[in-house]
Amino acid sequence: MTLAAIDWGFILIQTVETSLGLEAAVYALAAVGINIHFGYAGLLNFGQVGFVAMGAYGMGLSVTLWNLNPWLAVLVGMGFATLFALILGVPTLRLRGDYLAIVTIAAAEIIRLLARSTTLGDITRGAEGLHAFIGPFRELNPFDPSTEYGIGPFMVGGNQFFAIVLGWGVTAVALVVIWQLMRSPWGRVVKAIREDEDAARALGKNAYWYKLQALILGGVIGGMAGMVQAIGKATIQPDSFVPAYTFFFWTVLILGGVGRIWSPVVGSIIFWAMLTFFQGTLIALVNEGLIPTSFMDPTQVNQIRFMLVGVGLALLMVFRPQGIFGSREEMMLDVR
Amino acid sequence: MSDRSNGGHPLARVEHLPGVAKPDPILVIENMRRAFGGLVAVDVERLEIQRGIITALIGPNGAGKTTFFNLLTGFDRPDSGSVVFNGKDVERLRSHGRARQGMVRTFQLTKALTKLSVLENMKLGAKGQTGEHFLQSLFPFLWKSQENAIEERAHELLERFRLAHMAEEYSGTLSGGQRKLLEMARALMASPAVVMLDEPVAGVNPALTQSLLEHVKQLPNERVTVIFVEHDMDVVWDISDWVVVMAEGAVIAEGYPESIGKNQAVIDAYLGSGQEGEERESGSTDE
Repeated sequence: MTLAAIDWGFILIQTVETSLGLEAAVYALAAVGINIHFGYAGLLNFGQVGFVAMGAYGMGLSVTLWNLNPWLAVLVGMGFATLFALILGVPTLRLRGDYLAIVTIAAAEIIRLLARSTTLGDITRGAEGLHAFIGPFRELNPFDPSTEYGIGPFMVGGNQFFAIVLGWGVTAVALVVIWQLMRSPWGRVVKAIREDEDAARALGKNAYWYKLQALILGGVIGGMAGMVQAIGKATIQPDSFVPAYTFFFWTVLILGGVGRIWSPVVGSIIFWAMLTFFQGTLIALVNEGLIPTSFMDPTQVNQIRFMLVGVGLALLMVFRPQGIFGSREEMMLDVR
Repeated sequence: MSDRSNGGHPLARVEHLPGVAKPDPILVIENMRRAFGGLVAVDVERLEIQRGIITALIGPNGAGKTTFFNLLTGFDRPDSGSVVFNGKDVERLRSHGRARQGMVRTFQLTKALTKLSVLENMKLGAKGQTGEHFLQSLFPFLWKSQENAIEERAHELLERFRLAHMAEEYSGTLSGGQRKLLEMARALMASPAVVMLDEPVAGVNPALTQSLLEHVKQLPNERVTVIFVEHDMDVVWDISDWVVVMAEGAVIAEGYPESIGKNQAVIDAYLGSGQEGEERESGSTDE
């Protein structure tokens, strides 16, 4: 019954592995999308998981239904996300910001429920989801599926490694594109619209069109997250797109700091490191009897770890409200 | 200000009547009406704004001045009526479209884009920027030289408006008066034909007010037409060439700033006519 008996090395290895793993890359990418929406353009999108789902289903259906090659399938996935952005944006972006927030949260659920409905069962395979799309993507995998890749204690199979490289690779490209966009006059207009739409319009900027562009861009990046996840997990299931995920993406973004290039990446790494570390530690503590089972049993650990992340987020808001990368100076301008 | 004493005033031959025709109007408004429910906020039969001078728009609180501004600039839609700007009907254009035509406004509550630097605020004002298009923005060589030219012009204007030392600061750190200066300078970055200033000196300290007004007086020399809403009559007398008076949504008088105060309709609008009471209660809106 001592702390020393816990295998800290194992917990740490697991922590590092997940914080750099597939999920961390997917969450980072999805958060990059809402960083464009909220951080730069000031759009409140509470349905990012809907874009993730659209990307995944667009890509998956292209293969299972239309037998397209994988590159075209990715383009269709991006097209699905764009279409979703248009459906949400065209009616709401002329209105006050709250309308987009309401519409997105509902629309994302509609996507999930449609995908798992029996009516569309022949197409989307209902709750069972899509699996048969993975073949063509496996063929593109340059790594050997039967070999383990990695450094030292961090080893994963070839297929998994492919997805992880893909995920962080796409994230890197997205960051470069956003970095360039945000230091250009386009980024200046978008940020101006975030600050005050009327001022931008009074200077001849078509605020509606810029907001729509930003919604599409962030949505397509969210769609990419869905595609990476689908390739990594070799399955697309409707119930992996529940609304809670949107708020995990938001947690990631807020941890890192809203409106900064690197914050989604660092936020995602920290988010997954915290989740895994808390999980490993709590289970070990329960197993060692340091936490009595009357207080918490191993099956409850999964929920408790999210509570602890919540506590971490709350502490961050108290002591560093701008997030890890955010600028306090910028934040204080709101108070003036 | 023009020298109207020796007949050089561009409107010297114009009668002092509401809705009177001007020799060279840049803006012509006809039959413009806007009601909020049963409340008629603006009901202007006809108004012409002379090019290249400073026109003041005055009137008691709730006369519909700001609503009228919003209608002119496309920030609000009239129930009926037409706006002809530079000989072109702009009724179908929305706010940003009218701004591109050269009609740039400022706001009663200053809209400094607080989390952008003062210089970025200025550069935003410039029109026709290649780098504002999504695809082009990804390739800096397409817009870098234009950007440099814009930046140079921004620095010149900031120098003129005595904001040069603040160029790299967040505009949120500016004082209220400095924000008014910035907003006006930013509007000039768009090379407007008309600037419409909504209470340009409200809440600005007297020293800064003077320098702001000097800038406004310079604008006609640069062939910029100015229309401004103001409550401070000293300011109106100081800088305007022509005054338009609104009350209860309608234009009730026009004339020189010196003589407008003697107009009976204006006195009635500000002080209430003989049988006050019920008449003043009706038809005035909150701006």
